[in-house]
Amino acid sequence: MSEHDFLAIAPITTVAVFSLIVMLVDALVKKNTSLMQTLSVVGLLGGIGVAIWTLPKSLNGFNGLVAGGGMTNLFDILFCSAGILTVFLAKDYLERLGGHFNEFYTLLLMATSGAMLMAHATDFITLFVGVELMSICFYVLAGFLRRQVRSNEAAIKYFLLGAFASGFLLYGMALIYGTVGGTGYADVAANAATVEMPFIFWAGVALMIVGLAFKVAAFPFHQWAPDVYEGAPTVIAGFMSTAGKAAAFSAFIIFLNSVYGSGVEGTDRVQILLAVLAVGSMFIGNVTAIAQTNVKRMLAYSSVAHAGYMLIGLAAGSPDGSFGIIYYLIAYLFMQLGAFAIVGLLENEKGCNLTFDDYKGLSKRRPGLAMVMAIFMFSLTGIPPFAGFFGKYQLFKAAIGAEMTWLAICGVVASVISVWFYLGLVIAMFFRDSEEKQAEGGTLGGLSTAALAVAVVGTLVIGFLPQAIYDLLS
Amino acid sequence: MHSIPLSYYLILSVIIFLIGSIGVLTRRNAIIIFMCIELMLNAVNLTLVGFSRFSGDQAGQIMVLMVMTVAAAEAAVGLAIVLSLFRNKETVYLDEVNLMKW
Repeated sequence: MSEHDFLAIAPITTVAVFSLIVMLVDALVKKNTSLMQTLSVVGLLGGIGVAIWTLPKSLNGFNGLVAGGGMTNLFDILFCSAGILTVFLAKDYLERLGGHFNEFYTLLLMATSGAMLMAHATDFITLFVGVELMSICFYVLAGFLRRQVRSNEAAIKYFLLGAFASGFLLYGMALIYGTVGGTGYADVAANAATVEMPFIFWAGVALMIVGLAFKVAAFPFHQWAPDVYEGAPTVIAGFMSTAGKAAAFSAFIIFLNSVYGSGVEGTDRVQILLAVLAVGSMFIGNVTAIAQTNVKRMLAYSSVAHAGYMLIGLAAGSPDGSFGIIYYLIAYLFMQLGAFAIVGLLENEKGCNLTFDDYKGLSKRRPGLAMVMAIFMFSLTGIPPFAGFFGKYQLFKAAIGAEMTWLAICGVVASVISVWFYLGLVIAMFFRDSEEKQAEGGTLGGLSTAALAVAVVGTLVIGFLPQAIYDLLS
Repeated sequence: MHSIPLSYYLILSVIIFLIGSIGVLTRRNAIIIFMCIELMLNAVNLTLVGFSRFSGDQAGQIMVLMVMTVAAAEAAVGLAIVLSLFRNKETVYLDEVNLMKW
């Protein structure tokens, strides 16, 4: 045990400790909602602070179970930011829908620490514990509005399919463990090139890719995403589709780097497999999104497509690709969470007011919200100068750098398809009038306004100052 | 000592894993699907213990302990979810839980 061990997991510890404090406060203090919110935000800000503090170091802790510093801490900052935005948005939304229980904050903080553990993991054991900590919290959060059948349905579908996917992930880990003789990524990097049973090793890698592809909702393992995002509370759907996806991608990047770095023969097959998953996700996600009438389902299918764009970075298998994924995830955090925030604001008590028809004429009724939503939609489409464009640019550049130009072309074509439904929503909001009287949805509380403002500023800053973000990241 | 070769353990665990996954894909009762998932996790445990025993490396057995702990936590949450679904809808059959589809 050295100080390195504890520095490596310091950001996780901070958030995890605060999740326990929040739970205790809930049990011991009466009328504690605002106190719990404050403590959650303090804990997540603390996580960001510690992550920034240990960012320049390169740490390895607990005999190679966890790593810290560098890219890993960037992911920590991303998860904690998503958590803070979600805490800001949650109170208004959950109170309006009659499901404001204080356990929400504990679960949110635990899910965040699970996601952080996934990014820190350099060993199958820690990775598995991180995946499950995050997923189990998500199962509960998806069913958080427990009096609504819709929310129950989302929770049970997510739970059964998530546990099923965990089985595949775990079986992959077991097979790799058996062939390389250790559970650490270091063992994979050191021994993968000389394994006695390469078939079992590759079967293990394939099973792990299946398990992680499920967690990022990539084709053909995306079927759960639309149902879960539609039924889950909207703020949680936003958190799952940003932080949950980012956590799975962080684990993906670190694991695949150890496989690519081992010099084992046949990594090009992994790259082809990932490229196929990427193309499938982009096209299936975008084409199916066109057919949706429910905005939440449309965002869910388009999140499948966004997973596809990010898989391009993995298929490229270069440092540029990993960088592109992180850049895209930061942009995606703001635009996707912001879009879900607005959908949550317009949603009414019975969980409806969610179709494209309900958004008609929004620019007349609530011009501010319509304007902000339009910014997020332009950004998600990838229209310059918004954040999404530069994220896609980095990913496509990485694909071309890895001599996979066809993949970049597929990505561009898929983005063009996505114009149809993203701009379709903008047109509905600005150029169509609704015949009947619309339900008004919720009022914009102070915290929600702050969260939306952060999301808009994030989308614009990343869009207008790509060079600054680029320098900051590298 | 090693009278039973490693491949026997691996083949048995593949068979159990397949039985589990086929069960998940074909059954419609949420509780039975969950039992099949537990079967898959136990097949993985068998693989881990088998590899661990034959390579003399202890990490696999530690991982089995982790898997069993996590599976217990998952069972607690999963049964609670099934319960809250049953309270609202009086069914545990997934083909009757179909509010959302496109």
